[in-house]
Amino acid sequence: MAQYHYTPFEYHKPPGLTRKEDRHDVVIVGAGPIGLAMAIDLALRGVSSVVLDDNDVVSVGSRAICWAKRTLEIFDRLGVGERMLDKGVTWKVGRLFHGKDEVYNFDLLPEDGHKYPAFINLQQYYVEQYLVDRVRDFPDLIDLRFKNQVVDHKDHGDHVVLQVETPDGAYDLEAGYFIACDGAGSATRGRMGLAFDGQTFEEHFLIVDVEMQDSPFATDQPERWFWFEPPFHPGQSALLHQQPDNIYRIDLQLGPDADPAGEAAEEKVIPRIKAIVGDKPFNLDWMSVYKFRCAKLDRFVHNRVLFVGDSAHVVSPFGARGGNGGIQDVDNLGWKLAAVLAGAADPELLDTYHDERSHGSQENIMNSSRATNFMTPKTPMEAVFRNEVLKLAHDLPFARKLINSGRLSVPCSLEGGALQSEGDCVVGSGHAVVDAPLRNREWLVERLQGDFLLAGFGDVKVPEVSGLSRLGVGHSSDEYPCVEPANEYAVSRYGDGSIYLFRPDGHVAASFSSSDVNLISAAFDRARGLTKNPAGGSS
Amino acid sequence: MNDKGAEKDGLGADGDAFYEALMAAHDGLDEIQGHALNARLVLLMANEIGDMTALAAILQTARKFDD
Repeated sequence: MAQYHYTPFEYHKPPGLTRKEDRHDVVIVGAGPIGLAMAIDLALRGVSSVVLDDNDVVSVGSRAICWAKRTLEIFDRLGVGERMLDKGVTWKVGRLFHGKDEVYNFDLLPEDGHKYPAFINLQQYYVEQYLVDRVRDFPDLIDLRFKNQVVDHKDHGDHVVLQVETPDGAYDLEAGYFIACDGAGSATRGRMGLAFDGQTFEEHFLIVDVEMQDSPFATDQPERWFWFEPPFHPGQSALLHQQPDNIYRIDLQLGPDADPAGEAAEEKVIPRIKAIVGDKPFNLDWMSVYKFRCAKLDRFVHNRVLFVGDSAHVVSPFGARGGNGGIQDVDNLGWKLAAVLAGAADPELLDTYHDERSHGSQENIMNSSRATNFMTPKTPMEAVFRNEVLKLAHDLPFARKLINSGRLSVPCSLEGGALQSEGDCVVGSGHAVVDAPLRNREWLVERLQGDFLLAGFGDVKVPEVSGLSRLGVGHSSDEYPCVEPANEYAVSRYGDGSIYLFRPDGHVAASFSSSDVNLISAAFDRARGLTKNPAGGSS
Repeated sequence: MNDKGAEKDGLGADGDAFYEALMAAHDGLDEIQGHALNARLVLLMANEIGDMTALAAILQTARKFDD
C-alpha cells in the first residue's frame, strides 16, 4: 500500500464486560460508511447510539470511490461533505471508446449553480476516516467500539439482545433498535435466515488501483474513460477513473472463465496495466478480482431489526449505486427512527422506510442489471445487437443513448409514496431538494435539509403552521428567517410564488401554489405518518 | 444524411427499457430462430412506420454502417 497510512483505531474495554449496561436506544453493527453515517444522522437528532465493528481500521483498498451529488448533499448535512469535496477528484467529462475510436463524450452536469458536482471520486478509506473524525464531535451521543464482534442476536419484541465478543471476552448488549449495517455479507441477515434473492452475474472483473505521477488522460482534467473491446484488452470492456493522491482505478472485464487467483497475480496484472498506460511508470496500490450480483431483501424492517445499505440490497458497481444507495437509506431512516424513539410517531412510520428505500433499491437494481447485461452479452445474438449499437453510435445520437456502461446514480424520487401529498409546483412531490446559490457563498441545499420546513420562493408569504419552521427565499419577512438568492436560480428552479413542504431528508413532501393553511397542515400530518389510510397516497 | 428519422431521439427515456425488452424477446432462442425473430420484427416495424420514403432512408442508413 503506497499512499494511505492505516492507523488502527483504539480498542477500549467495553463497560458491558464488567457490569450489565442499561438498554441503548440504538445499536448499529458495522462502522463502514453506512453505519457511521447512520450514527451521525441520529446524533444530529439527539439520538444516542452504540456502533460495533469487528475490525479496527478503515476500508482496506479504495473500494467505493464514486460519490454522487445527492450523497454529497446528504454528507453536507452530516458535516463531512465539504471535506470530501476538497479532497476528492471532481470529474464531469466521460469518454466512451469502441476499439481505438472515441464514440462520444458527455458532460455530467452541464447546469451551474450547485454546491456539489455530479460526482467526485474519493477512496472509501478517506470517507470512513472523515466520518470517524466527525463521530468524535459527538462523544456523549456516539459510542464507537472497535474489535466488538456481534456473534448472535435475539429479538424480544420490544428490544433486541446482542451477544458481543471482544479481545477481553463476551458480553450482552440490549438495544431498543438494532441497525444492521454489516454489508453485503451481512451476518445479521444470515443468522435470521432471510432470503436474499436476485440475479448473479458470471463475469469476473479485475479491479486495480495504480499510483502514477503522469495522468493517462489527454488533458489535465480528470475524466472517466470507458472502452468496449479496447485494443489493449480484446473482446472485453475496461474503465479508467482518477482518484486523489495520483491513484487511478482500472476495471477490466475478464469473462466468465477467468481464474480469480491467477488473474490477481502481479505478473499477470502488470502487463495488462502497461497495455493501457504505456511506458508511464506506476506502482500497484491495491487489486481485487470479483464477481457480483444484484439482490435485495423482501423486507428492510423486521420488527426491531433494521437493514440499511448493502445488508439490505446489493447491485453491480456499474452506475455507482451501492454506497450512494446506502447513504440514501440512512437519510431516509434517520428522522423516522428519531421520531419513533421520541414518541412523535408510531413504529409504523418505519414501514415507510422499507417502502421508499425498497423502491429505490429496486430502481438501482434495474439500472445496474441493464448496464451489466449490456456490457456482458450472454448469447451471440446479444453480442450482435451490442456491437451494432456501438457501430451506429459513431454517427447517430439515439444509439449513443442505448450504450449502457452504467447509468450513474441520480436521487431516487419518492413520488406517489404514502407520506407525500400531491403538489402543483415546479419540483414534484417526492423529489430531492434542488440546489441553488445564495448570497455570501451559501447554498440552498444547506438550508432545506435537516428538519421539516415550509419554504416560500419569490413573491409569496409563508403562513404560520403549528410545529413547522419557515424560510423565505427571495423575499423578506418580519415573522420568519429569509435568505437572499445570489441569482435567479433559486426562485426559477422552484417557481415564483410557490410554497414547499420539505421533509427532514430534503425530499419534497408537498408543494402549494396558494397558502391554504388547512391543506399545508394536512400534508404536514401525512408527511409525519400521522394520517391513517391516507387518501390518494400509495406505496 | 438524408435519413432525418435516424437523427431524432425517438426512444427518449425509454431506451434502456426497450433494449431490455428486445433482449428478453430473444430469450431461449437459438441463433437461427433469433435471426427469424429479427426478420419478423423488421417487417412488423416497417408496417407500423408505413411510409416508403422513410423506410427507404432507413434501409440506406442501416446499409451504410456495413463493414
